[in-house]
Amino acid sequence: MIPSLPRPAWLRAGTVFYAVLFFAFLFLPLAVVAVFAFNDAPYPAPPWRGFTLDWFFGNASAQRIGLFADGPVLASLWTSVVVASWVTLLSVLVGTANAFLLERADFRGKAAVSLLMLAPLVIPGVILGISILAFASRLAQFADDMWGLELEFLRPGLPLVVLGQFSYIVSIATLTIAARLKRFDRTLEDAAYNLGASRGAVLRTITLPYLAPALIGSAAISFLMSFENFNTTLMLVGSDPPLTVMMYGRMREGATPVLNAVSLFLMIASAAIAFVLMRGARSTQA
Amino acid sequence: MPHKRLLLGLLLAPALLWLFGLIVLPHVDLAILSLRARVAPGEYAPSLRQYGTFIEEPLYWHTFVRTAVMSMLATAFTLLLAFPIAWTIAKIARGRARSLMFVLCLIPFWVSETVRTLGWMILLRESGVLPALLVQLGLTDQPIEMLYRDATIMVGLVYTSMLFMVVPLIGALESLDDTLIEAAYDLGGNGWSILRQIIIPHAAPGIVAGCIVVFMLTLGNYLTPTLLGGKNSLWFTEQIYTQFITRFNWEQGAAFGFLLLILSTAIVWAGLKLSGQRFGDVMRRA
Repeated sequence: MIPSLPRPAWLRAGTVFYAVLFFAFLFLPLAVVAVFAFNDAPYPAPPWRGFTLDWFFGNASAQRIGLFADGPVLASLWTSVVVASWVTLLSVLVGTANAFLLERADFRGKAAVSLLMLAPLVIPGVILGISILAFASRLAQFADDMWGLELEFLRPGLPLVVLGQFSYIVSIATLTIAARLKRFDRTLEDAAYNLGASRGAVLRTITLPYLAPALIGSAAISFLMSFENFNTTLMLVGSDPPLTVMMYGRMREGATPVLNAVSLFLMIASAAIAFVLMRGARSTQA
Repeated sequence: MPHKRLLLGLLLAPALLWLFGLIVLPHVDLAILSLRARVAPGEYAPSLRQYGTFIEEPLYWHTFVRTAVMSMLATAFTLLLAFPIAWTIAKIARGRARSLMFVLCLIPFWVSETVRTLGWMILLRESGVLPALLVQLGLTDQPIEMLYRDATIMVGLVYTSMLFMVVPLIGALESLDDTLIEAAYDLGGNGWSILRQIIIPHAAPGIVAGCIVVFMLTLGNYLTPTLLGGKNSLWFTEQIYTQFITRFNWEQGAAFGFLLLILSTAIVWAGLKLSGQRFGDVMRRA
């Protein structure tokens, strides 16, 4: 019950107890991953054999290949960054256009389009993946049959991964940006027009600066969702896997603590992004 | 005004390219693919053979039903576990404690599902942390294998869904006016009747939004069931993957994909009908 009503002691104690258990449940797996990145043993398992940094800096001469010497892991990390950058760029650009379409434009079938824009959020990622895979390969087949064209980008590989992830991440970017555009006070634009500003100048000096927090926020979310995506990516991936697919493959084989090391690296990186974003959010509120 | 039409066209083009090129046409193609059968090399005829196989082969529809039931259970467990925390954050905690708890709920989900699953594997496998702990405490003689069980898959699914339940619940509970609860209390309501008659009806939109998103994500999950459940997981997305990627039987995989899509759409629709809500509102809330 709420604080303004009498709460028996057992209920207060129970609330605290439950909260502690709940957060232990949330953080236990992450803590374990982080701790075993430093265990001096060939597998991430107890018992504790002492502290080592081998799983970060080890190389062939140390008999252990650490994160910064593990070619395939570093390559997949880079692949993930490249894919996520493309997805972010596309999602923010198209998301912004969509937001203006939803909030400013009027056309026949607008209700249907705005509903359809939400559909990717309720389609399981695996199905998005296979439908795009099948459709792209039909297009490639068609181009080959009709014009003898070999369209390599329609075969499983990174361009398809980017498109597959983009297909639903742009929905989220659209929602985020449209929500902010909706709250925009249009009299500000009218005032600028009255003062003689051109359309481009109004967009550049008034509307886009107002939208900036939503643009940055949706860029961060897009990057992160792309980086973490597994389901859609797995169906569309070609010969160079992004990090999640690479990690999945190694986890099935029983991996060394290098995976813990790369995981810890990811945790720190996303914590840093989160921290910067939250500070940014606070400074725009003030 | 031709100028205006041009602008509308420019805004509409990326949206239509996205919606038709990556969502509508690929799914139409998937439907066509699922409804044809190879009669000779390179020759196809319309057929319901794939759907027939699904009904005749017990493994397939057992897996289908099992995935649906486990997803519903996981959704229910997630709701039960998330509700007290959402209540604590929305109504009981104040000031810094409150924002700290909220951020603590978010942090684990900034890290990819692969990393979180790695944590659970290190905790639960036979050579892992919890079995070793049980032996040390004298509860078991031998370390027991805790992976590859249904309960383990359930823990993983609930864990990975938690955020998507907590956030909409907090949103719904925050908007509940405390004076309503006080009034109900003054009129002689007890904890249970207030929960049933005031809190749950008010929070229903948030509950439905959370349940829909969690159910969808669970049904379409691939990573958690395959890694925590191993060969015993029998998750339907695995069947889709096997048909599409391993066996290269795209017709069968497309039929499975469609069945999963129909199931997920039906449940989402039923959830909306039962609570009398509109799709667009729910998605914007989630």
